[in-house]
Amino acid sequence: MIRKEIVVINEQGLHARPCGMLSNLAMRFESEIKIIKDGYEVNAKSVMGLLTLAASKGSKIILIANGRDEKEATWEIEKLFESKFDEE
Amino acid sequence: MIIKRGIGVNIGIAIGKVFIIRDDNVVIEKRNLPKEKIKEEINRYKMALSKTKEEIDIIKAQVLEALGKQHAKLIDAHSMILKDPLITKEVINLISTQMCNAEYALSIKIEETIKKFDKINDTFFTEKKNEIIDVSRRIIFNLINVSRSFLKETKEPIIIVANNIYPSELLNIRKYPNVLAFCINLGSKTSHTALFAQNMGIPAVVGLGDITKIVKDGDSIIVNGEEGSVIISPTDEIIDVYKKKKEQLHKNELYLSKIKKLPTITRDNKKINLMINLDSQDNLGDCSSLNSDGIGLFRTEFLYLNRDNIPSEEEQTDVYRKVLNSVGDLPVIIRTADIGADKVSNIGIKDVGKETNPFMGFRGIRLFLRYPQLLKSQIKAIYRASQRSNARIMIPMVTSVDEIIQVRNIIEDIKKELVEQNIQFNQDIPLGIMVEIPSSAIIIDYILDYVDFISVGTNDLIQYLLAVDRVNQYVSNMYDPFHPAVLRILNLIFQSAHKKGKKVSVCGEMACDYLGSMALIALGVDSMSVPLKMFLKVKQHIRNLNYEKLLSISTKILNADNSTAIIEILQNELANHGN
Repeated sequence: MIRKEIVVINEQGLHARPCGMLSNLAMRFESEIKIIKDGYEVNAKSVMGLLTLAASKGSKIILIANGRDEKEATWEIEKLFESKFDEE
Repeated sequence: MIIKRGIGVNIGIAIGKVFIIRDDNVVIEKRNLPKEKIKEEINRYKMALSKTKEEIDIIKAQVLEALGKQHAKLIDAHSMILKDPLITKEVINLISTQMCNAEYALSIKIEETIKKFDKINDTFFTEKKNEIIDVSRRIIFNLINVSRSFLKETKEPIIIVANNIYPSELLNIRKYPNVLAFCINLGSKTSHTALFAQNMGIPAVVGLGDITKIVKDGDSIIVNGEEGSVIISPTDEIIDVYKKKKEQLHKNELYLSKIKKLPTITRDNKKINLMINLDSQDNLGDCSSLNSDGIGLFRTEFLYLNRDNIPSEEEQTDVYRKVLNSVGDLPVIIRTADIGADKVSNIGIKDVGKETNPFMGFRGIRLFLRYPQLLKSQIKAIYRASQRSNARIMIPMVTSVDEIIQVRNIIEDIKKELVEQNIQFNQDIPLGIMVEIPSSAIIIDYILDYVDFISVGTNDLIQYLLAVDRVNQYVSNMYDPFHPAVLRILNLIFQSAHKKGKKVSVCGEMACDYLGSMALIALGVDSMSVPLKMFLKVKQHIRNLNYEKLLSISTKILNADNSTAIIEILQNELANHGN
């Protein structure tokens, strides 16, 4: 199991498009992937779940991946957050 | 008889019987299943999901064809919801653990999600909620095998009353010519139902609040799209009045359709350029049938609304190309977006918070010069789209020469980039500005040295000039297009343009007004641009005018010291034109 702290750095936060991109990415992995914000946990593969986090810029979230491809999953998801979800 | 007011969407009157589409027409009960039936139930659910996926794919293709990309995007969101583990996994888990039926398990999960969304106070989530409800309704209908073609039962003309019409249902409704109008509890002028009614050419009133609670199936109802009102159970006298109104509207339409092909000339054969204002890409087909002189104002704000990212250069290029192609060689004046920072705060630009006076705030070219990437992507898309067409670029909210120089520099950079990228483009796209702020009108002679054309936005110019907010009920009566100051400033603008050999057009509401357009022509405007739905009315009006006579009153209206006197001169002239 891998646990990582991530800060949301893109301007619009986890709004519809970033949530869509994140859940699409998470779905590519076999591992169970969770996002926790302020103790509230959602499935990273669920766009509806991610939306309910209402995570704005500056929010701290915890990423937990558990499974065969947990390393790749964590790496790719971190990269997506760092890329600011291709905003511009 | 009850009268309700909402927001009118399409001009027109419909008289018919109520047909209610209820949201709660399916009652879902929990059924406990024996252990050996669980597998079968899960299979039944999976079948319903795959059938729903097929339906959504078909709808997407249909929406794309019938209503265009903007609507089709909404359906993408539906596909996304459908593959959410909440629906694909958690519902199945719940069927196994609770040993219950699929529709019950699904409704529990959906309710949970909706409750979470309700806690977030943001209109965005209300929209998302509707999408989720739409998808879950589809799955449930597939589970219980209810045919969704609910309108089959009825052959007589009906008026649909509903809390909200879901995008997937709108396409279904399209197939039934017996639907005369919509009355909807929710919605705004830009909601999908409103756009759809326009697309179908039927009247609708949205934002009625609780209309579904007031009417019963089969009640008589009158829908007045122009006034945004509905009359429930009208008396026979009222029905007669509205039947007559409807006939009159129909007659007017017939008459106007006769002049469609005719040119816009005055009685004494003076050609007046009459163009169309457009604020979306939805009615392009209608524009070409009106024998207009082009699109005098193509507003691009719609590209930025109801979304959470910036429209890409490619997307914009497609839109502009479509608009340019639709009118052939005729000019299309594309105005860069006049949006406020609030419209882009969710797409990567710093939120400036609530402006106390957005009307005089951070919008239009002010915003776009501060974030030049916004301006660049628009202008580059216009250049890319306009290889062999007659595109023109217009900048809103300009107050100084310096702003135009900055825009020109950006355009030079873009041209260099296009050359480097080996993209073909039109070298000489005319650049103009919207004259709507008094400062730009006062220094118009300087400004004219830097632009190829100008267009006067009378609505804003009058508001800024007279310091009157048109939507403030206490002062809106002071909004006066015939104030001597307005005519003087227009005269200054027109004369200065002609002295420099440049063309000037007007794209505000003043051009739609009978007396207003007369004043503009008298003062020497080169062309006028009016909304699509006003076009034929204005054309008809111009065809009744006498150009030489109008020119002869220009000195008179410029020398009158109050608007009552000016209006009187114009009214007398209008009365004499028949002779």
